Amino acid sequence: MSDTSFTGRLRSFADSDLFYSFRRSRTTVVAAVALTLLFVGAVFAPLIAPHNPFDIANLNLLDSELPPSWLEGGNPAYWLGTDTQARDVLSSILYGLRISLFVGFASVILAAVLGVFLGLLGGFVGGMVDAVIMRVADVLLSFPAILVALLINGVMRGILPANQHESAAILVLVLAIGLTNWVQYARTVRGSTLVERQREYVQAARTIGVGRLRIMLTHILPNVLGPVLVIGTINLGMAVLTEATLSFLGVGMPATQPSLGTLIRVGNEYLFSGIWWVVIFPSATLAVLVLAVNLIGDWLRDALNPKLR
Amino acid sequence: MALLEVENLKVEFPTRRGVLTAVDDVSFSVEQGEILGVVGESGAGKSMTGAAVIGLLEPPGRIGGGQIRLDGKRIDNLSPDEMRRIRGRHIGAVFQDPLTSLNPLFTVGEQLVETIRTHLPMSAAEAKKRAIEWLAEVGIPAPDRRIDQYPHQFSGGMRQRVVIALALCAEPRLIIADEPTTALDVSVQAQIIGLLKRICRERNAAAILVTHDMGVIAETADRVAVMYAGRLAEIGPVARVLKNPSHPYTAGLMGSIPRVGPRPDRLIQIEGSMPRLTDIPGGCAFNPRCPKAFDQCHRVRPELRPVADGAAACLLYDGVTQ
Amino acid sequence: MFVFLVRRLLQAVMVMLAVAFIAFLMFRFLGDPVNNIVSQDATQAQREEVRQRLRLDDPLVVQYGRFVVNAAQGDFGISYRNSRPVSALLAERLPATAELVLVAAVLSLVLGIPLGIYTALRPRGVLSQGLQIMSLIGISLPTFVTGILLILVFSVWLGWLPSFGRGDVVDIGWWSTGFLTASGLKALILPSFMLCLFQLTLIMRLVRAEMLEVLRADYIKFAKARGLKNRAIHFRHALKNTLIPVVTIFGLQLGGLIAFAIITETVFQWPGMGALFIQAVNFTDVPVMAAYLVMVSLIFVVINTSVDLLYNVIDPRLRTDPTRATGRGA
Repeated sequence: MSDTSFTGRLRSFADSDLFYSFRRSRTTVVAAVALTLLFVGAVFAPLIAPHNPFDIANLNLLDSELPPSWLEGGNPAYWLGTDTQARDVLSSILYGLRISLFVGFASVILAAVLGVFLGLLGGFVGGMVDAVIMRVADVLLSFPAILVALLINGVMRGILPANQHESAAILVLVLAIGLTNWVQYARTVRGSTLVERQREYVQAARTIGVGRLRIMLTHILPNVLGPVLVIGTINLGMAVLTEATLSFLGVGMPATQPSLGTLIRVGNEYLFSGIWWVVIFPSATLAVLVLAVNLIGDWLRDALNPKLR
Repeated sequence: MALLEVENLKVEFPTRRGVLTAVDDVSFSVEQGEILGVVGESGAGKSMTGAAVIGLLEPPGRIGGGQIRLDGKRIDNLSPDEMRRIRGRHIGAVFQDPLTSLNPLFTVGEQLVETIRTHLPMSAAEAKKRAIEWLAEVGIPAPDRRIDQYPHQFSGGMRQRVVIALALCAEPRLIIADEPTTALDVSVQAQIIGLLKRICRERNAAAILVTHDMGVIAETADRVAVMYAGRLAEIGPVARVLKNPSHPYTAGLMGSIPRVGPRPDRLIQIEGSMPRLTDIPGGCAFNPRCPKAFDQCHRVRPELRPVADGAAACLLYDGVTQ
Repeated sequence: MFVFLVRRLLQAVMVMLAVAFIAFLMFRFLGDPVNNIVSQDATQAQREEVRQRLRLDDPLVVQYGRFVVNAAQGDFGISYRNSRPVSALLAERLPATAELVLVAAVLSLVLGIPLGIYTALRPRGVLSQGLQIMSLIGISLPTFVTGILLILVFSVWLGWLPSFGRGDVVDIGWWSTGFLTASGLKALILPSFMLCLFQLTLIMRLVRAEMLEVLRADYIKFAKARGLKNRAIHFRHALKNTLIPVVTIFGLQLGGLIAFAIITETVFQWPGMGALFIQAVNFTDVPVMAAYLVMVSLIFVVINTSVDLLYNVIDPRLRTDPTRATGRGA
């Protein structure tokens, strides 16, 4: 208990209930392993990927439309095959994963920060501010996320001049998805804030003149981070899915900087010409990614739920 | 022959930590038209006994031994469909909470008619007439109007009357009432108990009245069975057991009831509390708390022996030397 | 009850006005309305003339009011992309989306409810376990991937069903229906199945969870104690109590179908409103975007309000005691 060194902390984590329930659930362990692999692949893509799919100069058009290496006609240099422009599918997937994960994380962080802030604000200040925030949240929640994200996306495209659409695509996506998903965080945090606000230590702090902002940050925020973490993990899967959907619909990442969704869209156009690998492998990667994130989110939610202990 | 005979009934629960015995070797009988009270603290196994008799033990609970006989025929080993036919028609049940016992989406009349027609051959119109008669029987005013109302439109006491009507409308000869008044206002409790008693008497129906409230037993029952930690401690005619209990536990229960009288007695409290199913002491289950416990009590489990006009499971009456 | 009705309707109107306001802002300030109407080399005088014609200098409130009045009559101006009235475009595309959504909604109920009941009554059966696993995968698999897989299997490899378009349609008045031709029906199968999948798994899990919960209730125990037959218990008592929250949630989720229709229409090149909206987003065709926004919001508000009112009718507890009526998020 008193060993606060790193190894000590690690050991007490290894002994904790959380880790125990993790080890017990086989599916969660498999999901975590898969997720780690994908993660590593994405982060180290420039180092790991056998080819650079964006290096137009080095693409050998003779190598286009090659099937995966284990099939007839395949080339071991291109393990999962190539597309119509001789880009290596495996490398495209790794780079695409990178973008998908980046947009996913960034939008979750944006949504969390925004949601936590608005939740704290509404819960602590109350009154008109709170009422407005909650009303907006309610209306937002009654529309499907994809619709809102599409709308925000459309509005941003309208604001930006056409020639900047491609370069700003990541920013637009992160903003669109982040601004759609803040509501859950806000609601949870607001609820906790309302509860904590009544507590004596907050009253005491206010009597001695501690500023409201400080109270919010130092007292209430730490209590609220647990549920926020769970929401964030579950939301990550949704964020990645939303980005993939937007890209698939053609309003997300462009083909010059493709995410997994873009790869699937582009590959879809060649479905009937028999080069199925261009669509199947990115799809499988996306599916595994979202499934893994969802499984871990489920486990985390059950493990941290005090009622189930 | 008694209407209901329960012989060496054992109800057990397989759990991760082994098999727990909630009802351990309990035997009693109920005569036609008699009201048997089953009393004990929470967790003593009284509700389980009732549930076992009517065949509604919730899995993983199961009957682990013994026999239950209705009119001499075994009912503990029947198929689910055969048991279903017995329920409602031969054995009825009334549960604790009248609000949750009734389906909120169906009228009172619909639920009555459905029960009647499941067991008795009648047309819908006849069944509805009978249902209205039942509502009048249990004391609901303006029954022909109220029959088409929903449960939430009745007060708590009225609802329990409806529940009683539902339990009896297929004309069973045995009712199992599990804490029928616990969820009701005190002022209403007496009415409901009185109703139950009257209806049983009028129909010569027997009843097993499960409760933790000694007052209710005193008012209503003919005989009383006292349960402790899943075992039967004592059984006998109500008046005698209450005045002159044989088992030390019963005596403790009597002593702990506040009485208003000329001489204020001190409330006797039984030391300790009833053991959990996982920690039942060896020998007599009551021995750690018993003021009259002696050496053998820790080792030998007492069997139910006839004492006076009833029976008790206590080594004091077992002929064992102290 | 009446007070509740009025209050609910007022709420609906407020939301619509707010949505209309956002649509109006988009209309007026996203891009330059004048630029999108005149050609590149228009003179200053021509631009001035268009400005006057559109009355862009009137007070904002007046412009907003005009927008609302026009919108209420279905007039959303001219599409920037192809210079046709937006309302005509929408009317053209509406039947395709409507039929798709209708078939998908019906399918999800017709398949979802029985499957949900089955998995509740036989939780350990092989079919139930299989369905559970499939529904977990179904929720994680992106919808468009499912669609692509369906196309791969049924169109590319098996060649049984078409993978794009509506097939032959028959015009009845201004509505064009695909129900009356064989090719129209065949074309409907894959897209509507894909669209219904998400809703289907949702309903299945919901019915299962609700039914399991209901089967644990005291009134079910009491019904068993009265010797009622299993069929009566499961399909009369339990089912009615299960379906009420299910119907409510189904209604509220109906909006999801409309949103997912966008994806389905893109995957299958189905000429519906969703595909129109995507093109509008791509080209910043503001009038179409604004019109779609208002239309979809209207549908949502109508559905949500209807479900709320319907709920009050179905649950007898709320009928006689209006103080218990809470409505959704009121």
